[in-house]
Amino acid sequence: MTDRHRIALTVNGRPCEAEVESRRLLVDFLREDLGLKGAHIGCEHGVCGTCTVLMNGESIRSCITLAVQANGSSILTVEGLAGDGRLHPLQEAFWDHQALQCGYCTPGMLLRAHELLQENPRPTAAQVRAAIASNLCRCTGYQFIVEAVLDAARRLEAGATGQGHEPAASRT
Amino acid sequence: MKPPPFVYHAPGTVAEAATLLHEAGEEGRVLAGGQSLIPLMNFRLARPGHLVDITSVRELDYIRAEDGRLRIGAAARQAAVERDPAAAERAPLLVEALGFVGHEPIRHRGTVVGSLAHADPAAEIPAVALAMEAELTAVHAQGERRIAASEFFTGPFSTGLETGELLTEVSFPVWPPGTGHAFVEFARRHGDFAVAGAAVLLHLDGEVVDRVAIALCGVAGTPVRATEAERRLLGERPTPAVMAEAAEVATSRLSPASDVHGSSDYRRQVARAYVRRALALAAERARGGTR
Ligand SMILES: Cc1cc2nc3c(=O)[nH]c(=O)nc-3n(C[C@H](O)[C@H](O)[C@H](O)COP(=O)(O)OP(=O)(O)OC[C@H]3O[C@@H](n4cnc5c(N)ncnc54)[C@H](O)[C@@H]3O)c2cc1C
Ligand code: FES
Ligand code: FES
Repeated sequence: MTDRHRIALTVNGRPCEAEVESRRLLVDFLREDLGLKGAHIGCEHGVCGTCTVLMNGESIRSCITLAVQANGSSILTVEGLAGDGRLHPLQEAFWDHQALQCGYCTPGMLLRAHELLQENPRPTAAQVRAAIASNLCRCTGYQFIVEAVLDAARRLEAGATGQGHEPAASRT
Repeated sequence: MKPPPFVYHAPGTVAEAATLLHEAGEEGRVLAGGQSLIPLMNFRLARPGHLVDITSVRELDYIRAEDGRLRIGAAARQAAVERDPAAAERAPLLVEALGFVGHEPIRHRGTVVGSLAHADPAAEIPAVALAMEAELTAVHAQGERRIAASEFFTGPFSTGLETGELLTEVSFPVWPPGTGHAFVEFARRHGDFAVAGAAVLLHLDGEVVDRVAIALCGVAGTPVRATEAERRLLGERPTPAVMAEAAEVATSRLSPASDVHGSSDYRRQVARAYVRRALALAAERARGGTR
């Protein structure tokens, strides 16, 4: 039995139409059908947050959301954060503060931090900690992530748009 | 870990949803936020043949203040209730408890009614529903009925809902102005299910308690209302000694299950301490509110 549905949504600003099996998880749709490997898969039951994407501007777990449920929505993945080959100020701050080691949690952390800064452009360290409590990192001990988010908030307030670093590929 | 195959339905109306569920019979299951159901399906602990997605039913997406009640439709997300001004004014206990439900990304999808239907014994919202004497509306292909929260929870993950029924609404009676509320819980990490949690509403007439409700989560197979402890408080000034005694009465006969988070005795002691704290906070707020 395969039950298939047509869905139409926006992914990283681009309209997208597809036919998906009803049991297709949103994270698998993004990774396998659209080739957007930024949303990672960790626990597959909603606990770790590495599959975080924004749906209509709100963070959600794409491993416990069906692709059919994303019909009509607007999705932002980490690939949509950087523009024109430039890193987003949050990504620059993560780089500068060594806020990642293995990088597995990073796409989810970035999107959760992005959501926080949209709602609250000048968070306190405690507010950053509370916000990212939804996402697990097994490497950094969180301290550098908190520092990076606070620094990104300052950079964004100072008008940064992502002019600092070249992405790694074009750098070396 | 992927869900097994199923047929997905996105009805546009409650009547359509009820018909779909009726036709699917034992194979049918309501899908709301999916924050409990999809993990269960990923683990293959649930294998429904038909999912009826009620979040596509527009008429169920509401939060309304009406006839002294706060009414929440089955498609309303937990996060929407959390930031709703009418909810904050009329059911601050519910809003405070929602802050303990998982994390924001979970609450962006999860529904208030879905949490009641799921009936996790450690969940916060069922305890609030019990304390507030909430009423649920269940619809089936032939009609609808009302179910009191006190009759709804029948065991761990079990409720009085029948095959083919869906919940369309939960409504919370509003307590009088000046009521103090408190939801407190102990969990191993912020966002985890409670080891034990307590929900309290308390109203004072002058110095003495004239109305009080206490409910607990995490300490039994269902949320528990502590009626004996409530009676102990009525007509009394809520002094530390009286509240400590009420907390003892509320928890002394509980025998929570032992698990990795703690032994039965440990849970009971945590519950007692948290009932005492919830009472103290609610009493403080009630005094502030009536002054
Ligand atoms: C990481 C994580 C942490 C969490 N932490 C907490 C926590 O601390 N406390 C807590 O309380 N919850 C927690 N949850 C669960 C969360 O609150 C769920 O959203 C909630 O329990 C179920 O709501 P839902 O809308 O997602 O329902 P779904 O997952 O869609 O459904 C759950 C069950 O209820 C049934 N159902 C749903 N709506 C209806 C309806 N209208 N009529 C009839 N049946 C219905 C479904 O058929 C299913 O059996 C957590 C979840 C995750 C993934
Ligand atoms: S993979 Fe989605 S929360 Fe862990
Ligand atoms: S950097 Fe490795 S999990 Fe966060």
